[in-house]
Amino acid sequence: MAAAGEGDDGGAAGRNLPPLSLHVPQPDFRPGDHADFSQLSIPAAGETPRPETDAAPASMRDLAYGLIRVLDEQGAAVGPWAPRLSDEQLLRMLRAMITVRIYDDRMYRAQRQGKTSFYMKSLGEEAVSVAAAVALDRDDMCFPTYRQQGILIARGWPLVEMMCQVFSNRKDRLKGRQMPVMYSVREKSFFSISGNLGTQYPQAVGWAMASAIKHDSRIAAAWTGEGATAEGDFHHAVTFATVYRAPVILNIVNNQWAISSFAGVAGAEETTFAARAIGYGLPGLRVDGNDALAVYAATRWAAERARANHGPTLIEMFTYRGEGHSTSDDPTRYRPADERTAWPLGDPLERLKQHMIQLGQWDEARHGALVKEVEAEVRAAQKEAEKFGVMGDAVQHSIESMFDDVFEDTPWHLAEQSRQAMDELAEKKRRDG
Amino acid sequence: MSRRLNMIEAIREALDLAMAADDNVVILGEDIGYFGGVFRATEGLQAKYGADRVIDTPIAESGIVGVAVGMAAYGLRPIAEIQFADYIYPATDQLVSEAARMRYRTAHEWFMPLVVRSPYGGGIFGGQTHSQSPEAIFTHVAGLKTVIPSNPYDAKGLLLAAIADNDPVMFFEPKRLYNGPFDAHYERPAVPWKEHPASEVPEGHYTIPLGQAAVAREGEAVTILAYGTMVHVALGTVAADGIDAEVIDLRSLVPLDIATIEASVAKTGRCVIIHEATRTGGFGAELAALVQERCFYSLEAPVERVTGFDTPYPHSMEWVYFPGPIRLGTALKKVLEA
Repeated sequence: MAAAGEGDDGGAAGRNLPPLSLHVPQPDFRPGDHADFSQLSIPAAGETPRPETDAAPASMRDLAYGLIRVLDEQGAAVGPWAPRLSDEQLLRMLRAMITVRIYDDRMYRAQRQGKTSFYMKSLGEEAVSVAAAVALDRDDMCFPTYRQQGILIARGWPLVEMMCQVFSNRKDRLKGRQMPVMYSVREKSFFSISGNLGTQYPQAVGWAMASAIKHDSRIAAAWTGEGATAEGDFHHAVTFATVYRAPVILNIVNNQWAISSFAGVAGAEETTFAARAIGYGLPGLRVDGNDALAVYAATRWAAERARANHGPTLIEMFTYRGEGHSTSDDPTRYRPADERTAWPLGDPLERLKQHMIQLGQWDEARHGALVKEVEAEVRAAQKEAEKFGVMGDAVQHSIESMFDDVFEDTPWHLAEQSRQAMDELAEKKRRDG
Repeated sequence: MSRRLNMIEAIREALDLAMAADDNVVILGEDIGYFGGVFRATEGLQAKYGADRVIDTPIAESGIVGVAVGMAAYGLRPIAEIQFADYIYPATDQLVSEAARMRYRTAHEWFMPLVVRSPYGGGIFGGQTHSQSPEAIFTHVAGLKTVIPSNPYDAKGLLLAAIADNDPVMFFEPKRLYNGPFDAHYERPAVPWKEHPASEVPEGHYTIPLGQAAVAREGEAVTILAYGTMVHVALGTVAADGIDAEVIDLRSLVPLDIATIEASVAKTGRCVIIHEATRTGGFGAELAALVQERCFYSLEAPVERVTGFDTPYPHSMEWVYFPGPIRLGTALKKVLEA
C-alpha cells in the first residue's frame, strides 16, 4: 500500500523541500549538570530609567526587555527607581520576609510530620509578595496565587489563623474545605486562592472595573506564575484591563519553573513575559524580583498610575523558585541541584539585610536577634494552632457544615444528602464498635 | 397595571426595573450596550443607565464571566449576557470552578450574586452554533442554579428573582419563544404572544421564587415534565391528541420543585419527560431517576423520555431533530397503553 500522499502533488515525498521538524523547548541544564547563568543579561542596578507615571506606554517599551534593579552589589539603593523608605518601612519588610521564610519552613516540616496533606513554600520569592504588599494601600484588593502568603503576613494577618487553615482544623475559617495554603481573608483584602491557574486574573480586572464604576479609590492587584500566562484567562484579563483602563496591577511572577516545566515551555525563549504588555499597548515593567526595593518601587509606580486613571501595568517579577513546586514535588528529578545557588540575583532576604546594614541602621547581631524572635513567634503560633487540631486527627468539622454554603439556602436535595452522610457516619461508628 | 408583552420585552423590563432599583446591578456582554443586543433584550438600557453600567465587552465569554466574578466579589450584581448559549463553553471554567464554588470555598466570606443570561435552544435554523440546549452541563455543577422560563410573565418574575438571588444563576431563554409560544408546528403560521394569557405582564416589580414549578395544565391521565419551549409542545400535543395530561412547567431545574413532581405522579401514575437537549446524560435522565426513586409504587408504566437526538444540531434538518408532536405523542401512547 502506498503511504498517504505518496505520488500525488500534496505529499512530502513528491516535493523537493527540506522536511519540517518540531521545536520542543528544553532547559539548558538538567540534573547532574552545573547550572551556569553567565549568559543571562543583567543590567546594573540604577541603570534603568524611570518614566513619569503618566507616560505613554509606547515611550517605555525598553523597560519590558530590561530589568529594573535598585540594590547594587554593595547593597546601596541607586538610580531613579530607588524609593525613599523609612527605617521603619525597611524593617517592616525585612521582618515580614523573615517571617514568611520561617513560617514556610515550619509548615513544610509539619506536612512531613503528617500534620497536614500539602504545603507550598515561597523560598526565594519573599520580596515579590512582601514588598508589593508594603507598596500597596492596605485595602487595595489582592488576587494572589498560592505563593503570595507574604501578602497576608505583611498585612499582619495572624499566623495562627493561617496555620489553622493549613491544618484544616476546628479553627479553620474555611471549615476544612480548601487545600492547605488556599487562604481567603476578606478583611485583609486578600481574595480566595483558586487551584485553577489564571482564573484570578480576569477576576482582579473585574474587581478593578467595579471599583472604577463606583468611583472608589481602591485598586486591584493580581499575581500569576509565568507558566499560567499561557492560559486563556491571562489574555482575557489583559484585554479587558486594557480596553477599560482598569485600575489594576497585573504581576507575572516569573520564578522560571512551573512544576517541572521551565519557562521556555511558557514561551520565554523568544521574549520576556513583560513584553507581553507591548502587544496590548500597556506599560510592561521587568523587575528584579529578588530586589525588595525594586519590587516596591515598581509596584508604587504602577499603583500611582492606576490611581490616576492611567490604567493597568503588567509587571514581570523575575525571580527563582527556590523549592519544589509543593511538598508533592521533587525538583532534583528535573533541574540541577545547584541551580538556586548559581542564580545570580541572589537571596532577596540577604540583599535587603545587606542594604539595611549598609545604611547603618542594622547589623548581624540585631538580625540574629530578630530571626530568633520571629522563630519563637512562629513556634508559639504553631503550638497555639495545634491546640485546635491538625489534619491527621479525625475530621474536625461538623458533618452538616459540609453541606453549608453550597447555596445561601440549603435546597431539599442537599438536606437529604446531609442526612445520608450523618447516617453513614453513625453506621461507621457502629461497625467500628 | 398589566400590558401584553412578548418575552424579550418582559426580560428587558425586568432588567430595567432591577437597574433602576439598585445601582449595583450592571450588565455586560457582546453587542449589548449601544446596539441593545442581537435579540434587543437590552435596547435603550445603555442610554438610560450609562456605558459603565451597560457595558459592551470584547468577544471573550470567559473574560465576560471572569470579570463578572470579580465585580460580584467587589459587591456589584452583574448580569452577563452570553450572546448564544452555544458560546458559553469558553466561560465554563469561570462558572464551574469559580462562580459556583466561591461561597463554599470561602465559607461565605464571598458570594456570587451574578446572573448569566443566554438565549438558548433551536427552532430558528441556527445550526450547530446557535441552537443548543446545554442546561445539563450546568445542572450537574454544585453551586449553580439553572432557570428556564417558558413565557413572558414567568420570564420577568424569574429574572427579577435571579437578579435578587445571592448565588449564581444560569438563566436560559428559549429564543424560539421570544416572539410567541411555539408548539413545534413549524409548518403553521407563527403565533404571537399577545393572544396568550401569560403575555399579560404587570408593570411593577414582582418575583417568582426559584424552585417553584407551575402546573401549566391540570390532568389525570399522565404527568408531563417540561420546561422552556417544550411546555408549549406538550400543551399543543395533548390538546390535539385529546389526552388529559398534567403538564408541569419546571421553570427552575436547580433548585427543583420535587414536591410538585411527586404529587402529580402520585396522582396520574404515569410520567413522560420532554426536553429539547440531546438525550444521553440530559436533565431528563435526572428527572427519570428521581421519579422512579420517589414515585415507583405509584407508577403504572415505565417513565419515558422525549428528547432531541444525540446528534449535533443539524441546520437544514432541525425539524427532524426537534422533539415535536409525533415523538411526544408516540411516547404518551406508549405510557398510556402500558
